[in-house]
Amino acid sequence: MRRALTLWLPLLAFAVFLLFPFYWMVLTSIKPNEELVSVSANPFWVSRPTLEHVKFLLTGTNYPRWFWNTMAVASAATLLSVSVSFLAAFALARLRFRGAEGVSLGIYLAYLIPPAILFIPLAEVMLKLGWFDHLWALVPVYSTFLIPFCTWLLVGYLKSIPREMEEAAMVDGASRLRILFQIILPLSVPGLVSAFIFCFTLSWNEYLYALVFMSSPEHKTVPVGLATELVRGDIYQWGPLMAGALLGSLPVAIVYFFFVEYYVAGMSGALKG
Amino acid sequence: MRALSLDRGPLLPTLLLLPSAVLLGGLLAFPLALGVLLGFKDATIGQPGEFIGLENYRYLLTDPVFRITALNTALYTLVTVIFKLALGLLLALILNQRFTGYRFWRSVLLLPYVVPTVLSAFAWWWILDPQFSFISWALVKLGLLRQNLNFLGNAWLARASLMVANVWRGIPFFTVGYLAGLQSIPKDLHEAAALDGASTWQIFWRVTWALLLPLTTILTIFSAIFTFTDFQLIWTITRGGPANATHLFVTLAYQRAIPGGALGEGAAIAGFTLPFLALLAWGALDALRRQD
Repeated sequence: MRRALTLWLPLLAFAVFLLFPFYWMVLTSIKPNEELVSVSANPFWVSRPTLEHVKFLLTGTNYPRWFWNTMAVASAATLLSVSVSFLAAFALARLRFRGAEGVSLGIYLAYLIPPAILFIPLAEVMLKLGWFDHLWALVPVYSTFLIPFCTWLLVGYLKSIPREMEEAAMVDGASRLRILFQIILPLSVPGLVSAFIFCFTLSWNEYLYALVFMSSPEHKTVPVGLATELVRGDIYQWGPLMAGALLGSLPVAIVYFFFVEYYVAGMSGALKG
Repeated sequence: MRALSLDRGPLLPTLLLLPSAVLLGGLLAFPLALGVLLGFKDATIGQPGEFIGLENYRYLLTDPVFRITALNTALYTLVTVIFKLALGLLLALILNQRFTGYRFWRSVLLLPYVVPTVLSAFAWWWILDPQFSFISWALVKLGLLRQNLNFLGNAWLARASLMVANVWRGIPFFTVGYLAGLQSIPKDLHEAAALDGASTWQIFWRVTWALLLPLTTILTIFSAIFTFTDFQLIWTITRGGPANATHLFVTLAYQRAIPGGALGEGAAIAGFTLPFLALLAWGALDALRRQD
């Protein structure tokens, strides 16, 4: 009885609040338009589920293109950022050099600079470089918010790896680079997995840069494509829009559910100095 | 012997840091400096503009839309961070009781934070639809309302709706942080306090909350930074409307600079956030250092 009051009841309340929008997304994406506009039908249920919205999305719009665009950019940006960050993190966690403190501080500050205050001047840079409306340009751009986070995460992880093995290897005459790739890299796999997941989800989540820098419909990402090409301002937009939101959330949700422990570990690890 | 020479001196760290430095220098630090400069120019799209000193900043301070935006940003950040903190901690305390299905519930309840913001914001936008919102439908059915609520057509209703959506998304951030914090508190501290006759409430305030305080500072500052520079949620659900009532700094900067073409003015709006960012960043750094 006590347990119901301290555990299950509040848990249920949170579950309803936190999960309802997803239920609504799923429900709307399979609800035929007649039921969506009906005033008499019960809005919480669907009596004749349909796949017409999904079909329209996949055949009548650029959605498949946006999906693969996002997938490609997210994967490439993740790969680039994790590799680059791993090298930087090794230098910061293991090598002693002048200015290390300053670099650490710089990485930390870079993490806290939101894209929101960079997109205007960055638009000028993109224009000057001729990168406007080039899908691959998003890869280096995304790395600017991925690298600081990843480096920070990986420095924390590397610091938790005991130094004994490296010291033994060093006594045996192994070079630093060899130690990095043959000893540290295999030991860092859990940290790298966390970094991969974060970069991937953060890239799928990105909106502002893709919105400002991509203009042709075939270069858009899922969030931008849905917001700029599928929003028509009438009731018939909701089915495809919710279907698009649902399908667009799937890659992230799947990766997340497979690696939930790494995700949580990464998120709480990033809160340590 | 080449490898050995690489091991000494600054060459190896420089090489390892170079790729990050190039990317962050060129696409982060340089644009940041450019943005600060841009805030002092009357640049528009396609026109580099002239230096006009503090004119953009002066104009903005007299602009009623900017003033409302500044107040909105403060209110939005303050209210949502408080709710996210309280509800996030509550959820962490609930989940921290060991029970069957703990892992399942934790994974599922973190979803709002994982799913791309714009995509879940679409769901909120649809939930808040003036004609077809189920909230209006239910309230009308229950006889509590005569007609549908126009959630996004009324300034205060729109602000409140955005806050709810933001809190919804941000709760898990605090929950994850607090779960890690709760698990690091030694169990015998609670037991000792209970033996001494402390009530559950006293144990919570004097032991749990007190020990979580440094973590709370860090979580709060990070959350505040991400909240007051929010763009996705606002731009998806209200686009700063109705009648510019729900803008935050960033949505206003976007509206003025990109569709509006006033790059200098937009950069100045973004520039207004820099002192706050610096202050918060310093606060978080201080808290992180004290945590070690």
